[in-house]
Formats: sequence, C-alpha cells, structure tokens
Amino acid sequence: MTVRDFQEAFDEKIDKEIAIEPRDWMPDNYRKTLIRQISQHAHSEIVGMLPEGNWITRAPSLRRKAVLLAKVQDEAGHGLYLYSAAETLGISRDEMYDQLHSGKAKYSSIFNYPTTTWADMGAIGWLVDGAAIMNQVALCRTSYGPYARAMVRICKEESFHQRQGFEILLQMSKGTEIQRRMVQDAIDRWWWPSLMMFGPSDDNSPNTAQSMRWRVKRFTNDELRQRFVDVTVEQCKILGMTLPDPELKWNEEKGHYDFGAINWEEFWNVVNGNGPCNKERLEARAKAWENGKWVRDAAFAYSEKRKERSGSKDSKAA
Amino acid sequence: MPEQNSNKNEWPLWEVFIRSKAGLDHKHAGSLHAIDANMAIENARDVYTRRMEGVSIWVVESKYIHASDPDSSGALFDPANDKIYRHPTFYDLPDELTHM
Ligand SMILES: [Fe+2]
Ligand SMILES: [Fe+2]
Repeated sequence: MTVRDFQEAFDEKIDKEIAIEPRDWMPDNYRKTLIRQISQHAHSEIVGMLPEGNWITRAPSLRRKAVLLAKVQDEAGHGLYLYSAAETLGISRDEMYDQLHSGKAKYSSIFNYPTTTWADMGAIGWLVDGAAIMNQVALCRTSYGPYARAMVRICKEESFHQRQGFEILLQMSKGTEIQRRMVQDAIDRWWWPSLMMFGPSDDNSPNTAQSMRWRVKRFTNDELRQRFVDVTVEQCKILGMTLPDPELKWNEEKGHYDFGAINWEEFWNVVNGNGPCNKERLEARAKAWENGKWVRDAAFAYSEKRKERSGSKDSKAA
Repeated sequence: MPEQNSNKNEWPLWEVFIRSKAGLDHKHAGSLHAIDANMAIENARDVYTRRMEGVSIWVVESKYIHASDPDSSGALFDPANDKIYRHPTFYDLPDELTHM
C-alpha cells in the first residue's frame, strides 16, 4: 500500500466513525496534534491538583476534607489515564514531564489563578470542573480510541466533582452574610477564567477546522462555551447569586444567553506565563518531581539487585 | 502495543486487566508505570479501582504482549467472513419448531 492508500483508508475510517487505534496508520500531523492535546490535558489534571491541594489541610470539616482529598486524588488519576493514552502515540512519560517542567508544554490557564478562600473550592468544583466536563463529555466520542476511553472513565468520575462544589456554595449561600459575600466573591473571580477554559473564539482558532475534520474535536470552542453559559446561568439562580456580566441576557430568537466580551488580552497573558500563579505552580510541580527522585532511584536499584539475584539463582539451577 | 521507549530512567510500562466482579472476565483497563509486578498491582488498585471497579487485578509488562498486525487484519480475519453457516440464523426451519 502506498501512503495515499493509507491516507484514504484512514479518512474512510474517520468518516465511518471507526476509532483509530495505536498501531493503525495515521497521518503524522494527526499523531502530533493528539500528542499535544492529550499531554496538555494530562498536565492540566496534574497541575490542577495544586490550587485545591492548597485547602486540604484547612477544610472546614472532616467530611469536606475527605471529599476534597478524594477529588484531588481523582485528578491525579485523570492525569495518569491521559499520560498513558499519550504514550500509545510514541512519546515517553519522561519526555512529557520534561516538557511540562521546562515550561515548553502548556496546561489549562485556569490553574494559574490563586485560591484565596474556602468558597473557591466550591466555585472551582462548580465552574471549573463544570467547564471541564462540558469539554470532556464531547471528547468521549473523539476519534482516537485510547483518548476516548480515558475520557469515558474520567467523565464517570467528574460528576461528583461538580456536585460537591455546588454543594459547598449552596450551603454557604444559606449561611451568614459574610459567607454569602464569600460565595459571590468567588463566583466573581472564577466566572470569566472559566469561560476562557474553552479556548480562543472560533475565528481565532486556526486548528479547529482540521481537528473537527479528524473528529478529534466534536464541537467548536464557542459552541461548548455557549452550552456552558446556558446551563450555568440557570444553576446560578438556585444559589441566589449573580454572574459578573451585565450583558448576560436571554436571547429569545437564538434560544441562548448572550454574554459580554471575554478579555482575551488577559487570556493570552496567562497562557504566556504571566498569570498570578504560573511561576508558583511550575515550581511546585518541578520540586515534587525532583524531591521524588531518590524514591525512583531506590526502586530502580532494588529491582536491579533482585534481577541480579534471581539471575544468579537461575544459572545455578541450570 | 506501543513500542516501548527505551528510556533508561523510566520505570517499565505495564498493562492492567481488571475483573469487575466474580464470574466475569478480566478486561483491559489501561496501563501504568511500575518497577515490578507488586508495585504495578498496588498502583493499579489506586489508579483503576478507586470506586470498587474490581475484585481482581492482572498486570503484565507491556513488552510481553504480542499483537496481530492491524495492516494485515483483512487477510487475517478473512477466513471467518464467508462461513455464515456458523451462525444459527443460516438455517431455514419451520416456525412451528420450538425450543431450538
Ligand atoms: Fe479531572
Ligand atoms: Fe475534576
């Protein structure tokens, strides 16, 4: 078969919604795009543990602490599912870590914002996990098999993340005036960055068309963002809080909410490393990796020694 | 299986198979890195069974899995294609015939 035959067979599979699996032929750019997208996604899950990890020791009750621990542990799991999905495309785990720690790889900008009060744990679960779920549910039908399977597993686990966040806010919204103010403040700070999680608007997203053609993406950034706005506005009413956008208004004709302009300058600033916590996050991540080195080395030395020993036993037996 | 990156400092890659409950087969769940089989099983418990997804775990180092070649799957599976008489629906029998 020539490259053209392979390409045709690949296109046909995509059109027929037949998943692409690791050993199938795929165009180089498809592989590259997936490696970039899946590894960025994995990095986001891993770095995403840091802002919430900040509150584990200060959770207001044992129940909240157990829940937050479980959530953060899930995010570690999500990172691991995704790293192994990316590895099936031929990149090593260490290479991906290296790209993260050196600042070469990106991760979701949302995690470069600080978590200043307990209400942030609620707002993150509700808005940040909510936006992530919107994106991830769509990716359960992405064309690359291992990525889609990782997404299915992740989506099953995500739903409690959002619910526990909403529960935190709901409880606080029924509390004292100070607690209600904390809720509103957290929503005010997390709303716009959450909308930015869907990425640049469609007319500024040059790779979208190709990703849609490959069925790596199933919906555009703006489509998913709109969907998120529509459901979230309704949820916010239950909290009795407001979203910080005076232009938010139901549009009868479109059947969607209109919303105000996103501050893209802020978005690109944070993407390019100048958010409030970029430096702190990467440092924490790199430090954890370096501090774990002796454990990795010791495990290696131990297994080498065991191999040597069982090797000498075998030769005696023979 | 993916070609193993011969990255010297990286712990080997393992494939994880999980039996979700007694009576069912082990099913591929994903992969992970571990230094040996014991660690692979413990890591698999943490990564793949946080919600009682399993009652039994198998792990095997990925390099020991041999797979058929996807590019010749046409030829490989072809012999099964034209033997429709292996399926019960191939046989034309009267409607009155029951319990069969
Ligand atoms: Fe996650
Ligand atoms: Fe989550």
